Amino acid sequence: MEWETVIGLEVHTQLATASKIFSGASTTYGAEPNTQACAVDLGLPGVLPVLNADVVRLAAMFGLATHSTVATRSVFDRKNYFYPDLPKGYQISQLALPIVHGGYLDIDLEEGGSKRIGITRAHLEEDAGKSLHENFHGMTGIDLNRAGTPLLEIVSEPELRSAKEAVAYMRKLHALVRYLGISDGNMQEGSFRCDANVSVRPRGQAEFGTRAEIKNINSFRFVEQAINFEVERQILLLESGGTVVQETRLFDPDRHETRPMRSKEEANDYRYFPDPDLLPVELDDDFIEAVRRSLPELPDARKARFVSEHGLSGYDAGVLTASRELADYFEAVVAALGGQGKLSANWVMGELSGALNRSDCEITDSPVTAAALAAMLERIEDGTISGKIAKQVFEAMWNGAGSADEIIEQQGLKQISDSSAIEGIIRDVLDNNPKQLEQYRGGQEKLFGFFVGQVMKATQGKANPKQLNELLRKLLDS
Amino acid sequence: MHQKTLVELAAAMQKGRFSSEELTQACLQRISNHDGELNSFVTVAEEQALAAAKAADARIKAGNAGPLTGIPFAHKDIFCTRDIKTSCGSRMLDNFIAPYDATVTQKLLAAGAVMIGKTNMDEFAMGSSNETSFYGAVNNPWDKSTVPGGSSGGSAAAVAARLVPASTGTDTGGSIRQPAALCGITGLKPTYGRVSRYGMIAFASSLDQGGAFTRTAEDAAVMLGAMAGFDPRDSTSVDRPVDDYRADLDRPLQGLRIGLPKEYFGEGLDAGVAAVIEAALEEYRKLGATITDISLPNTHLSVPAYYIVAPAECSSNLSRFDGVRFGYRASDPKDLEDLYTRSRGEGFGAEVKRRILIGTYALSAGYYDAYYLQAQKVRRLIRDDFMRAFEQVDVIMGPTAPSVAFKLGEKADDPVSMYLSDIYTIAVNLAGLPAMSVPAGFSAGLPVGLHIVADYFAEGRLLNAGHQYQQVTDWHTRSPQGFA
Repeated sequence: MEWETVIGLEVHTQLATASKIFSGASTTYGAEPNTQACAVDLGLPGVLPVLNADVVRLAAMFGLATHSTVATRSVFDRKNYFYPDLPKGYQISQLALPIVHGGYLDIDLEEGGSKRIGITRAHLEEDAGKSLHENFHGMTGIDLNRAGTPLLEIVSEPELRSAKEAVAYMRKLHALVRYLGISDGNMQEGSFRCDANVSVRPRGQAEFGTRAEIKNINSFRFVEQAINFEVERQILLLESGGTVVQETRLFDPDRHETRPMRSKEEANDYRYFPDPDLLPVELDDDFIEAVRRSLPELPDARKARFVSEHGLSGYDAGVLTASRELADYFEAVVAALGGQGKLSANWVMGELSGALNRSDCEITDSPVTAAALAAMLERIEDGTISGKIAKQVFEAMWNGAGSADEIIEQQGLKQISDSSAIEGIIRDVLDNNPKQLEQYRGGQEKLFGFFVGQVMKATQGKANPKQLNELLRKLLDS
Repeated sequence: MHQKTLVELAAAMQKGRFSSEELTQACLQRISNHDGELNSFVTVAEEQALAAAKAADARIKAGNAGPLTGIPFAHKDIFCTRDIKTSCGSRMLDNFIAPYDATVTQKLLAAGAVMIGKTNMDEFAMGSSNETSFYGAVNNPWDKSTVPGGSSGGSAAAVAARLVPASTGTDTGGSIRQPAALCGITGLKPTYGRVSRYGMIAFASSLDQGGAFTRTAEDAAVMLGAMAGFDPRDSTSVDRPVDDYRADLDRPLQGLRIGLPKEYFGEGLDAGVAAVIEAALEEYRKLGATITDISLPNTHLSVPAYYIVAPAECSSNLSRFDGVRFGYRASDPKDLEDLYTRSRGEGFGAEVKRRILIGTYALSAGYYDAYYLQAQKVRRLIRDDFMRAFEQVDVIMGPTAPSVAFKLGEKADDPVSMYLSDIYTIAVNLAGLPAMSVPAGFSAGLPVGLHIVADYFAEGRLLNAGHQYQQVTDWHTRSPQGFA
């Protein structure tokens, strides 16, 4: 039987606010346990939540960027369950009336083309704390620094049909929240993580199969692995006559498998009800329009502009707009150069990205700034150095040897463009290699490259390649 | 000294007749002499009170005293107080010392009031007799074999016995007005949102409201003036200026339109109580008020709706008492489940558990619509009843409670009968309106309270109606035998 995979993702994005969603405590990551938890975060008797207005603005930005409706009235609910790192015994979330609903995101498919994925809703909620099981001698430690951190939970329609589509969607979402500046998207620190609802059904069947929910996956690679494992597990189960149980599963990245966490029978009854401590969030059109005006240029629009304005291919424009920082860098190079989109794109996507990857460096921390790279590209343009020498110059710049001009000067990398000087060197090379000259003139024309190499060797690569080619051909053929 | 009202005491201190320290000493002495019979205090904060009194005396000397400066008051043990235990009448919080002050605590301290101690109450404010407290029942000073009412029973008894001139309370379904009635004093429950709930341990968040016990309406005006106001830490507090509640006290009642809901005078109302209310209404007629019969047709739905909404909210509000971070923790828990079940099982009393169970049930999947959602709709109907009534009348009057103080233990095993003792007060909380109870006479030797309800934020009108009545009657000056 041929099976079809059905996936819906719930992505939890930590919103980039200075303080928590319902208290004034800091959200900075990595502090000593329980040093960033105030009375409200600890759920002490008598304390009350007060909504952080910034959270509402960031959620509205997301809604507008995904063509969703930003609700003029949304309501916070209590989701009741007991857990040691959940201080109040309930989580404040939004159930019936989320702040954002009914939008979409277009993803690029590997096989070409794009696909529209519906965004069912995005709601605001507070994060829980962390249970620490190590170093407590059979006990559990609780760190509530994270409790009350603002999250936007983004729920997709079950319209993803493969692990690859799921990853493409998640990457697109990741780039979007970073573009918008509403989240730092840091996956190691848990600022961007997802739950995947996965089921399979015989191709052509209208009803969905029974789904399993894989919780808390915090990397793109793990999402792909977890979904692939889960799909295979469900198909094997169904083909051997079994049935899929609706349950929550955990992905074990060491074993590359999912394992059951709790089944539907054990599931909590969360007893949701509107939180009486908080008023409904009411937004007027003026507020929503002001947020709309504050939106930066979004990835899809920027990509289209890179194609039309800078003459890039769709592929290159897609790569360069995958993150806001990369696109900003590219545009800064082009601006400094006053054009040369293609040349700039090649260098940003080539040498620069390679160097960043090798040293595991973020583009915002690049030792070669956009202005410095542009200054070097200028020297290629004006013929001072060749593209090949430029790679050497770039490497020196990367290692902190100075500006392109300083390096060219200090290392004497300036291109030799004096025809008589090049001609003299060519003559020396031809004189020193009579055998090869004879073979070439006997018809072995591929030895042309040998002579080029010898001249380059003699000039340490500095001969102007165009002039060298012309002069060499002239002298060989004369 | 102890027979003086708050306003009289403040005036005497201003004139230098006695100091706040002397007054505070006198209150401490009365507590020490009499509270053994009443059990109205959980904690007496002698040291802090005397320090606060000295500071108040300095302030009075410096000439920047307010109407509450140097006035001793008792604080219901539901308001958090930094460095002083806040038990909420529960074993669960017998060891709890809040690291912060409630907003009401802060405001009263800023006004220079002297907090003398924390008063006994029904556990987590759940009860109408003060019998559910971990610290034992409170006795009504009028008859020590009867209850003082609840849940703010300690606060009411302490003022009735002249241990303190004023105290704070909270009112979720009648917890200020019913004990005020049963103890023969004045009790004011402001509009929902008028007094901050921050630091006031929650029972039912959408109903809870802080207020005050005093002997007179005039004193209540002073207390409310200090306690009320918008609080950015409480999203449900209302951002609206605080009225000068004393400004309107002297306005004549000529032309005041009083509504009498026929539903408040039906079956279940004690005949002696009804007679006292009739007499009180006659006084109002003499003061120039007109009295109209009105109807609040959904009154009968208020007790059932309340006993869905309040337990539902409390079941969630009390989840934080889990033995993990503060409060009671069972010894040697085997595992997490055992830690939860025994900490809560041992830390909470029977009435609290009953309400948590009712509330959990009402919010459960499959029951939510039938119970909680339905109760919220009923709330709207009850509110609409009042809104229609206030198109015709300025205030609504009736009995605060259907009977006078009942015997200790009489209703302890009959929760439904206990719940019905709040039948006249509960609808007011469901609607969020302000209301007060003023002493109106006696039946069978025990005090009867007159219940006055006004429109939203019309506390000034309530206090005016109470004050004018107290100018022509002396019920509020009567003190229980043995406490004169």
